[in-house]
Amino acid sequence: MNSVILRVGTRYLAGLLLVFSFYMMMRGHNEPGGGFIGGLTGATGFVLYAIACGTHDARAALRVLPQTIAIWGLGIALTAGLFAALFGDDLFTGQWLFIGATENDKGLPLSSVLVFDIGVYLVVFGSILTIVFAMEEEI
Amino acid sequence: MAGGFPKEVRGNGLTGIVPVLFAAGLFAYFVSLVPNISSNEVLRWNSAWVPSLGIDLAFLVDGLSLTFALLISGIGTLVLLYSNTYLAGHPQYARFALFLTAFMVSMLGLVLADDLILLFVFWELTTITSYMLIGFSHEGEKSRRNALQALFVTGAGGLAFLAGLILLATFAGTTSISGILTMGDELRAHALYLPILILLLAGTLTKSAQVPFHFWLPNAMAAPTPVSAFLHSATMVKAGIYVMARVHPAMSGTDVWLWTLTILGALTAVFSSLLALRQTDLKQALAYTTLMALGTLTLFLGQESGYAMTAFATFLVVHSLYKASLFLVVGCIDTATGTRETDQLGGLGRLMPITAVAAALAALSMAGFPPFLGFIGKELKYAGAIAVASEPVLVAGAALLSNALMLAVAGVVAFRPFWRGSVPSTQSPQEAPWQMWLGPILLAGLGALFGIYPDLLQVALIAPTVISLTGEVGEVKELKLWAGINVPLMLSIATFVLGLLIYAGHVRLRAFLGRAFAVLPDLDLGWDRFLDGLKAFAKWQTRIVQNGKLSSYLFATFLTIAAGLLLTLVYTGLPTIAVDLSDVEWKHASIALLTIAGAVLALFTNSRIAGIAALGVVGIGIALIFIVFSAPDVAITQLLVETLIVVLVAVVMLRLPSLPKAEFRLSHALLSVAVGASVSLILIAVVSSPLDMRLTDYFEATSWPEAFGRNIVNVILVDFRALDTFGEIAVVVIAALSAYALLRTTRKGGSS
Repeated sequence: MNSVILRVGTRYLAGLLLVFSFYMMMRGHNEPGGGFIGGLTGATGFVLYAIACGTHDARAALRVLPQTIAIWGLGIALTAGLFAALFGDDLFTGQWLFIGATENDKGLPLSSVLVFDIGVYLVVFGSILTIVFAMEEEI
Repeated sequence: MAGGFPKEVRGNGLTGIVPVLFAAGLFAYFVSLVPNISSNEVLRWNSAWVPSLGIDLAFLVDGLSLTFALLISGIGTLVLLYSNTYLAGHPQYARFALFLTAFMVSMLGLVLADDLILLFVFWELTTITSYMLIGFSHEGEKSRRNALQALFVTGAGGLAFLAGLILLATFAGTTSISGILTMGDELRAHALYLPILILLLAGTLTKSAQVPFHFWLPNAMAAPTPVSAFLHSATMVKAGIYVMARVHPAMSGTDVWLWTLTILGALTAVFSSLLALRQTDLKQALAYTTLMALGTLTLFLGQESGYAMTAFATFLVVHSLYKASLFLVVGCIDTATGTRETDQLGGLGRLMPITAVAAALAALSMAGFPPFLGFIGKELKYAGAIAVASEPVLVAGAALLSNALMLAVAGVVAFRPFWRGSVPSTQSPQEAPWQMWLGPILLAGLGALFGIYPDLLQVALIAPTVISLTGEVGEVKELKLWAGINVPLMLSIATFVLGLLIYAGHVRLRAFLGRAFAVLPDLDLGWDRFLDGLKAFAKWQTRIVQNGKLSSYLFATFLTIAAGLLLTLVYTGLPTIAVDLSDVEWKHASIALLTIAGAVLALFTNSRIAGIAALGVVGIGIALIFIVFSAPDVAITQLLVETLIVVLVAVVMLRLPSLPKAEFRLSHALLSVAVGASVSLILIAVVSSPLDMRLTDYFEATSWPEAFGRNIVNVILVDFRALDTFGEIAVVVIAALSAYALLRTTRKGGSS
């Protein structure tokens, strides 16, 4: 699509969507959001970019092959799941670390669950872009 | 290959030596178990595998399994040593050694397993690894075809075998083989006995290549010669024999068992020894004699007497020793002269003295001359045949005829090439290197040693084997070179006379057999026809089912859905439709109207872009419903997915020609109405029954305290049901990669 307005707008929108997608993923555990939604939002940004500026530019902006991202995501999710085995728990049991936790405050929670969610994000993000780019280019 | 042996035997370095050492280590281990077994101990090793199904990694060593294990690992060691020279410098030797070792280990697992499921796993592993071995020369079309044939025939048998094992486990309530063997009387009286027997035999008879499944075995000769030696002497084909022997205590003794095994065994033995005589290729001739041996072994397993069992155990060892030896000898001849055709071979005795001695020893044992173990085996065979209560004449007759033919074949394979005629001038054969004659001479030598000192074998292996077959010590018959003047001895003498006569006239007989067998149906050809027919059928039904029209696929999919839903409704009864519209607010109504409007527009529009947009409206209407009923996560996901779908569809659709004028198709309309109506009815039924809140309550209560998250949907996704999510994202990746690959191929194919 050859529209100057769309192209200029997309430059900003795509970036914003990417930031927003990250935010959606990080808040997911307590508020609406999460890896699936985050991944979808992030992918929407790049899909928009691909439509406005062409897949060549979109791929250049992404730098990495989308299928590589998807596979890494799967690997990260699996690692997060297997991580529990180190502590003798069943696979895919969430492992938590509360940094600076006090009586009433849980402090900064770090968890394997979040890592798992990041994996989900990357899988959704990468898979959608794999299909969209291929469709744009091949059809 | 006429170049003969490599001048300097280097082997294949570590990849050549390590497997030999590994196999030798296994052999040494099994030898160390012999004292335990000959004092009638039974060794067990148990470890839970799938405890919820009662399946164990259970292994058992008794006389029967140890005899097999020793043959497998011993011959395996020698074959690996031999191959290291035979295939010296082969670029894929590492692969070969891996396959052969894997095959050997699978065979060992098979004979040691004491659990039906474990047995089956090893059974299939031998099928797969033997496929790799038979098809090792994979550049050859014939080699690939024959490997596939062996895989299909034994694999199909394996399926039946699995069904039989499952029935057996269902009957017994356990998968432990030693447990099942104690239930023989109940099993024989049980209604499932016949189905179990038929299914198990379907597996074992295909694996052991009994008539009429015999055709794959000679074709398996496409494998390198050491593989043939291994597959045909102690392993693969003996797997079926082993299983029949293993279940013998529990399943023999019925008329079905007796007659099936006796008739098929006798038929295979005689038929294949005739076929063996017909061959001019040494390796093919040996292949058919293997069939004869398998037939004989099956024949004996049909019986129950101690004589038959002793004959079985002895002949098992005899055959493994001489057959492995002869195959390896043929490999030496082949390498030295470049041919395996009997007509082109002669006078090798002086040039290859050690090989000739090994061949002679093995052949004498095969022909059943005293003082070789083969003679004792043959005597026992006759004694066993006479001891058969039902049909001694039939069994003894079959044994006599096949033994005589065996003697003739032994002459053709191991006597003629060495001691008759002269070396053709085109060949310059020389003695094989020690790595290649060591195996044959050791194995053949053992045949002589055990013949002279039968007690060695008797105490160590035969007696324990017979005991594991019959369960009684008293049933063991003694192995004797000289048992006095009796009927078996008379039969032996008759065998020698008949056998020598056949050998003398074998050239004329061969021509006659060629004509006679031409009349019989060629099963090998039939196999090709069968495969061709199968492929043609597959093509035909693919054309019908996969006609390439998206609309017909969708029609079939939705037809199935509608049928399933409607059947459910018919089965459970229609829900009472009492739709209460009193609490419907204006916003609910407007969302519903919007959605319906979108659907109607999508139906009647002629513009693709309008159609896509209309579908988007439907999707967004559904997202709005989620929002109204406070499911923000689902709503966001739905919205995003809807957006992406619209974009994706637009990308595709905009490049297609504009829509043809929409025409009305009655079948499509009816189907749409049917799907819509049944989904609505089922939804109403679901809503009208009280909602089970247990899960909801559980997640609400535990989400924060146990998983430290307030967003229940997400906590379920990434914590409570993380394994499910992992499965889903794996599917997402697979789908994306498949779509990617598909899109790429269409462009290469130029069809888009």
